[in-house]
Amino acid sequence: MRLEPTDDERTIAEVFGGFFRNECPPAVVRAAEPLGFDAGLWARLVATGAPDMGRAEAVGGGGATLSDLAVVAEQVGRAVAPVPFVEHAVACRLLDRVGAAPPVGATEAATLALRPASPAGTWALVPAGAVAGTVVGLAGDDLVCVRGGAPGVAPANHAAMPVADRTAVDGTVLASGTDAHDAFAVARAEWQTLTASACVGIVATALELAIAYVTERHQFDRPIGSFQAIQQQLADLPIVLEGATLLAAKAAWAGDRPTPGTVDVDRADITEFGTLAGMAFVHAGEAAALATDRALHAHGGYGYAEEYDIQLFYRRARGWVLVAGDPARECRRLADAMFGPVEEVV
Amino acid sequence: MDFALTPDQVEYRNRIRALIREVHRPEHTDRQHRTGTFDSPEINRALAEGGFLERAIPGYGAGDPIELWMLFNELEKAAVPADGIAMALMVAGVIAHVGTDAQKAEFLAQVLAGDTLVSLGYSEPECGSDVAAAQTRAVRDGDDWIVNGAKMWTTMAHVARWVLLLTRTDPDVPKHRGLTFFLIPLDLPGITIDPVHTMGTERTNATFYDDVRVPDRYRVGEVNGGWQVMAVALAFERGLMGGTAAAVPLLRHFHHWAAGVRDDDGRRLVDDPLVRERMVRVAIDNEVAGLMTLRTAYVAATGGLPGLEGSMVKVHATEAYQRAARWFAEAAAPAGLLQFHQPGAAADGWIEYDLRHSPVTTIYGGTSEINRNNIAERHLGLPKAR
Ligand SMILES: Cc1cc2nc3c(=O)[nH]c(=O)nc-3n(C[C@H](O)[C@H](O)[C@H](O)COP(=O)(O)OP(=O)(O)OC[C@H]3O[C@@H](n4cnc5c(N)ncnc54)[C@H](O)[C@@H]3O)c2cc1C
Repeated sequence: MRLEPTDDERTIAEVFGGFFRNECPPAVVRAAEPLGFDAGLWARLVATGAPDMGRAEAVGGGGATLSDLAVVAEQVGRAVAPVPFVEHAVACRLLDRVGAAPPVGATEAATLALRPASPAGTWALVPAGAVAGTVVGLAGDDLVCVRGGAPGVAPANHAAMPVADRTAVDGTVLASGTDAHDAFAVARAEWQTLTASACVGIVATALELAIAYVTERHQFDRPIGSFQAIQQQLADLPIVLEGATLLAAKAAWAGDRPTPGTVDVDRADITEFGTLAGMAFVHAGEAAALATDRALHAHGGYGYAEEYDIQLFYRRARGWVLVAGDPARECRRLADAMFGPVEEVV
Repeated sequence: MDFALTPDQVEYRNRIRALIREVHRPEHTDRQHRTGTFDSPEINRALAEGGFLERAIPGYGAGDPIELWMLFNELEKAAVPADGIAMALMVAGVIAHVGTDAQKAEFLAQVLAGDTLVSLGYSEPECGSDVAAAQTRAVRDGDDWIVNGAKMWTTMAHVARWVLLLTRTDPDVPKHRGLTFFLIPLDLPGITIDPVHTMGTERTNATFYDDVRVPDRYRVGEVNGGWQVMAVALAFERGLMGGTAAAVPLLRHFHHWAAGVRDDDGRRLVDDPLVRERMVRVAIDNEVAGLMTLRTAYVAATGGLPGLEGSMVKVHATEAYQRAARWFAEAAAPAGLLQFHQPGAAADGWIEYDLRHSPVTTIYGGTSEINRNNIAERHLGLPKAR
């Protein structure tokens, strides 16, 4: 048992924290809007080896664990960096697992269609779908991969995310039936876990921005941070930060474990990866929504102004989570694992 | 991070679970709610005999905070009343840290025997959150002290042997610097104990100290060093020893009951989409509370004093518990309004009980506001608001 980062994890956090601080200040995030992708930043990130670090060493990757990737994802979230790190990492791991080729070209990105294709074969609003050539996802009972044809533009959206509709028609079938569903479920759980970590990063930065602002800003001849109403609101941020950090880390830990784990709600004993990933995702999403809400509010009118950075985080705290669908729906999926399926009505 | 329990920890947990299965009976729960005394002498004795207590005193012998967490976590998850033994062990931890050798010899042996309870005499009629404003006076008289005053909310005093008493020994210095702690027997002449009954059945007491003669050997810590002792006591109290898993048995009671009843449309209650969503949200909050509590224990186990972590988990767990109690009472309505042993009561009355019990959890042991103040000032570094 170790409930603090390992030395390796600390090093990864320092390296990538430094990378994004240098390479991705808020001006870069703004300049990448509305598409939400900075090709130069992505190329520099690729040069660090981060996007492929989660692939096995045997196939030329870095052999990193999901826990390592989660540390990087948190740093992506801290900077709300306009790069498809999470999507690319989980899609490449999925391709490797089913024995399919990775994307061609050093800076070519891959992504995961989170929701199954429509009957007409369309994956709607795929995250990073506007910029990733390779898309993997479910179409019926098949795991399908399409390559090439990233549109390069995204419909205008709340969080300036490079989402796009993509077609699964004419894709290559990588696996079918249970194999397809199982492989996809792992990839989706990995995406949820890393997105949870990215949300943790958003919470951390929202807290920093809020504290900096309420310490600086004066009203009634006092820093607004001395008002108890402000303090009580902001005191919730370290609480959700601590909780979301631990749960996201536990999900990543479960994902790295070879053994299947258990779901025993009666004793609050849950170690199963797919369940923990969903829980971490729902919780971190709420934490990020709450933290950015409180932090924006503590800025008063300036929080609502484009010029201030908190709005960048506020919008992504919502967009990065809701792109996967209604969290209530995710809760109902988790309910099946925790409480058994809904009774068939005859 | 690594969330795996060691084989020894798993074995320890299994032994606690076996002990609870063997010893805890529904009659004990009935007695708890009839008397308002949230304590199980049977469990306390069994824990003593099994050698659990000596391993569960923070800072004493083999005392391991992770095991301490496990012990209270398992008791609370099983809905075993453990407030009595928790307070006793907490005070034992304080004595292990700052007590004299004589106090350790006398007092720790009693607590380890599993038949000695201890009450906490901090709050007074005129001060609760502002506990450092305590007015109960202790005045030196030769080798003794003479204590006069009144304490409010002295839970367990009617069954306890000792009270950890916060007194004012110097009224002429800033309030935090004139406090002194004593650990005194409750049968000393001049102490009276009156019952105070609460909405959640829990019985507590008002205690009065009328020219109570207290030998100096009962003093804990330095004269006027009470606030330092308080820091140790609070760090142990919040998070480590129960109080953060109340919604685990609530969820269990609710979902087993909801699987067996049908709503007005003939659907199993447990299949209602909103109920399912809320059960999952409660399970998530429970997981987070469990992890934050474990983290509190981990900080203590690695040499820290987890005051901040304890404040954070207390706020999260108690507010989540209140949310859960309201959601499940709504889902179970109107059967969720029926009390223990009433025919048709949801989950045998547990839903109603939790609706009644949960409000106190954001009040005692430091209110949510006081904990948020601590976080804002000590962790976020914001200027003092008061
Ligand atoms: C069932 C029960 C058992 C208890 N057991 C014990 C026990 O065993 N031993 C013991 O010593 N005490 C015990 N207590 C007392 C408990 O610790 C106090 O009730 C608690 O600390 C709050 O103090 P108070 O009741 O005086 O409320 P007050 O301090 O008067 O507070 C009233 C309200 O004002 C708010 N408030 C106060 N100060 C501030 C501030 N600075 N900023 C913002 N808001 C503020 C509080 O949060 C609260 O909402 C028990 C209480 C109960 C109900």
